[in-house]
Amino acid sequence: MSRGRVARHLPIVISIIVALMLAISPLPAWGDPFRPDWVVLTLIYWAITFPKNYSVGSAWIVGIVLDVAQGTLLGQNALALSLVIYIAAKFHLQFRQFPVLQLSATVFALLALYQFILFWINGVVGVNSPVIHYWGPVVTGTLLWPLVSVILIGMRQRAMR
Amino acid sequence: MAATKSDKYRSPYSPALGLRLLLLAGLSVSLLVIDHRDNHLDTARKAIGATVYPLRILVDMPVSAWRWINATTASRNELQLENSRLNAERLLTQARLQRYSALEAENARLRAMLDARERVRDQVRVAEILSVSANPFRHVLVVDKGTNDGVYEGQAIVDAVGVVGQVIQAGVLSSQCLLISDPGHDLPVEVNRNGLRTIARGTGEFDRLDLPFLPNNADIRPGDLLVTSGLGGAFPAGYPVAVVNVVTRVPQEPFATVTAKPSASLNQVREVMLIWSSEDVSDVEADLNDGVPASDPETVEDGDLAAEPAAEPEDTDDE
Repeated sequence: MSRGRVARHLPIVISIIVALMLAISPLPAWGDPFRPDWVVLTLIYWAITFPKNYSVGSAWIVGIVLDVAQGTLLGQNALALSLVIYIAAKFHLQFRQFPVLQLSATVFALLALYQFILFWINGVVGVNSPVIHYWGPVVTGTLLWPLVSVILIGMRQRAMR
Repeated sequence: MAATKSDKYRSPYSPALGLRLLLLAGLSVSLLVIDHRDNHLDTARKAIGATVYPLRILVDMPVSAWRWINATTASRNELQLENSRLNAERLLTQARLQRYSALEAENARLRAMLDARERVRDQVRVAEILSVSANPFRHVLVVDKGTNDGVYEGQAIVDAVGVVGQVIQAGVLSSQCLLISDPGHDLPVEVNRNGLRTIARGTGEFDRLDLPFLPNNADIRPGDLLVTSGLGGAFPAGYPVAVVNVVTRVPQEPFATVTAKPSASLNQVREVMLIWSSEDVSDVEADLNDGVPASDPETVEDGDLAAEPAAEPEDTDDE
């Protein structure tokens, strides 16, 4: 029984770890502002698909790990992630019915909210950066959302077998 | 959306979702406040950082594998070419080094005459960069040396041509370093030509530093080399930092707009050097710098203002 559980959750955990690796992998300087928020995209997908198992709590833990990996204030990514994932989990039934285009628009709004919270905390603390660093990830993340969801659908079928 | 598959998850979100969000948000905010106010969370950071370390190794693996393949499959011809090039370079640097050691001896003698303590040679150790600046809002890099190797927080980091940054968090096996281009990084510098002291502030761009506190009549011009003044206590004195490239003076404004380009290529380095220096070096430097009059820039002016670090000992020699 427990082995089945492990097998079910393993692909999901692996996808989150891969997203974390993509989030800290080095990019050339011109590509840095356009690094998509891989972790947010992955967690949004899993929160819509399995809102009971992967929602606010796991988002918060992953957020803390992301904070340490990126050297931001402890709790910054955790706060933003758990808020975004809360919305995704709360309205997962509606989101599941959305056609691809509408869901992409929703993801755009969620990513924008995520970046806004980061922007807001940075503002309070006194860190300022060029605006492109806030909009770049939102745009690239939205464009990559269909690809991410297709990959994760494959992983989900493996997970649920 | 294949909703049929997830029938057993059809039951809506768990009832306490809002409550959990409220709790976790409160926890995050208090973490944020504590982390921003003071450094009580360093042990927690270190513990979580240890779990992230394998991830960093994994991310670095393709790059190091590529370098390994490149190194092992390099052709004999390439190796010979590289060998001859390195030999030529070695000869050049040795010639330069001879002059340098003569200068160093002379410097030590002059210092002894000035009754200052002899400057202790800085200890240097090479560290490899594991990852660079995952977060665009903070210019942070991670190096593969930690407290096991004697790294401490606040330690200065340089590369072959200039200052790179300082250690902000020393883990056991790896440590995080803040680059001088980070928007939150201020570095006390002085103009090598005339000893004018000021602060170089990061801008969030790798190739630009701001010097916001220079009055309009300050004696500074494009091409001036900025070196660390050692007055902040964190950095040893005399390391090249940046070269001034733009000076704009608007008569109505109290301060001139001065920007400089860092000497170190902050987004291209692969290895950096950690510096261990004795604390009292900076005290000596401070005393000496106060003694240097900033009033004779004319004498140095016609000397070469070549904006390269190699010119630094020559300038001191001229004076």
